[in-house]
Amino acid sequence: MRLTLRIWRQRGPEEPGALTTYEVNGISPEMSFLEMLDTLNEELILAGDEPIAFDHDCREGICGACGMVINGQAHGPERTTTCQLHMRHFADGDTIDVEPWRAAAFPVVKDLVVDRSAFDRIIGSGGFVSVPTGSAPDAHATPVPKPVADLAFEHAECIGCGACVAACPNGSAMLFTSAKVVHLNSLPQGAPERESRVLDMVGTMDDEGFGGCTNTGECAVACPKGIPLQSISRMNREFLRAGLKGGGRAD
Amino acid sequence: MAVAIRTDADPTRKPPGKPSRKPARKPSFIGSVWRSTVGKKAVMAVTGLIMLAYLVAHMLANLKVFLGPDDLNGYAHWLRTLGEPFLPHEGFLWLARLALLTTVVLHGVAAAQLSRRDLAARPRGYAHQRRRASYATRTMRWGGVILGLFIVWHVLDLTTLTVNERAEPGHPYENVVATFSTWYGNAVYITAMLALGLHIRHGFWSAAQTLGAGRPRRDKALKTAANVLAAVLTCGFIAVPVGVMSGVVS
Ligand code: HEM
Ligand code: SF4
Ligand code: FES
Repeated sequence: MRLTLRIWRQRGPEEPGALTTYEVNGISPEMSFLEMLDTLNEELILAGDEPIAFDHDCREGICGACGMVINGQAHGPERTTTCQLHMRHFADGDTIDVEPWRAAAFPVVKDLVVDRSAFDRIIGSGGFVSVPTGSAPDAHATPVPKPVADLAFEHAECIGCGACVAACPNGSAMLFTSAKVVHLNSLPQGAPERESRVLDMVGTMDDEGFGGCTNTGECAVACPKGIPLQSISRMNREFLRAGLKGGGRAD
Repeated sequence: MAVAIRTDADPTRKPPGKPSRKPARKPSFIGSVWRSTVGKKAVMAVTGLIMLAYLVAHMLANLKVFLGPDDLNGYAHWLRTLGEPFLPHEGFLWLARLALLTTVVLHGVAAAQLSRRDLAARPRGYAHQRRRASYATRTMRWGGVILGLFIVWHVLDLTTLTVNERAEPGHPYENVVATFSTWYGNAVYITAMLALGLHIRHGFWSAAQTLGAGRPRRDKALKTAANVLAAVLTCGFIAVPVGVMSGVVS
């Protein structure tokens, strides 16, 4: 396959950037999108140019490190991560636009790499459960009904890739935050922090400069893990419930 | 490299073993709701639903125009005496006006503040653009502004009668006929009602999500309810100018 790529190049956080056009040859349909970029980078290095910076780690769709906007869609045309997107979904001769996640809370570090540490701070403010450590508890010490376990597991699938933020016209982190809140708030292990978790995580989300939700639904379309749009509604309910209960903090 | 964040010499550090006697003040419910994006959106949803309930009643009352002048004018008179003698004359009417003014102001202020925030959170869009979301979803902001302007015009036209040339106080039936006897009266009103239909189409479903009622299994029912509400209100309101234009009401 022969492709024309228009890729966002930006030397550093404060530098101006621009879409730069590249031609690549010899791309096979079974290559992943990242392997296609590796091929381009090898050519750039041989030519003495700076390779294109992009984030990646597991390359098997589970770590959430990779992510770029391909032809205006976060992670490209298939519901999967960029590392699991294969070139067979493109045609010979295509022109492909590649841009970094765009959101005020995700500043560009270099080329296609953005700083997603705002997600870590949201997690840090409530994405945990308090458990006694030291000895392993019995596996069946806390019974979890099957529907609850399924719901929690569905939301535990979120890999924190940030595609939801990238796809949202408001740069909102509601889908990500709701995945974390619903995951832990539905389990008995998460019950002690049920109120403070949702209030603190939503508070941090707002403080980090993410936008609000207008129920546009782009996030759930982009999510490679299929976190449903209605998870945001579940989190809204948890938030309003926690507020009415006075935040679960002792008087 | 280890960095000492706090040492014993830190003057801001609390003395050990002495918990502060005053627990951190509990943030007020209203304050924390209004400060957060989720809470402010809930205010929009509640005020939107209150206005929606009002509009259903308003539309049904408007249809009395098809029952003749006595029916509509009699209803308008009854509204002014509602609650007497516990309320003064027009007391109920003024309470309702006050409540509606509060809801529309809260709704508009929250919309403006959230919109500013949302635009700032995505300072730069994508070079490769795609068509996003449905028409109703994309027009909530400008559609809302159109509705806001319409509310002002509507009050000047049929409440204060300022812009209604042939109007007489106390004769709503005749004033309605006067409004819909002008081309601009019909144009403004019908445009606004189409905008209202779109606003409710996204707004009702959206309010359900905001208030925590959205579930995957319920989604279709909520969307259908939103579409039915939007269609019924738009058709119900537009029936009046159509009735006057076609001569059924005169
Ligand atoms: C002053 C005029 C108005 C303005 C500026 C306005 C603006 C807006 C905006 C910007 C939204 C948010 C849309 C989004 O998040 O995508 C919204 C939502 C909504 N509006 Fe309005 N609107 C106005 C009047 C009305 C009226 C008259 C109604 C009565 C039916 C109404 C009902 C709703 C509802 C139910 C929502 C959904 C709230 C939610 O998303 O949770 N609005 N409005
Ligand atoms: S909710 Fe989906 S899109 Fe958002 S961070 Fe998690 S996995 Fe990625
Ligand atoms: S590299 Fe780990 S999910 Fe793509």
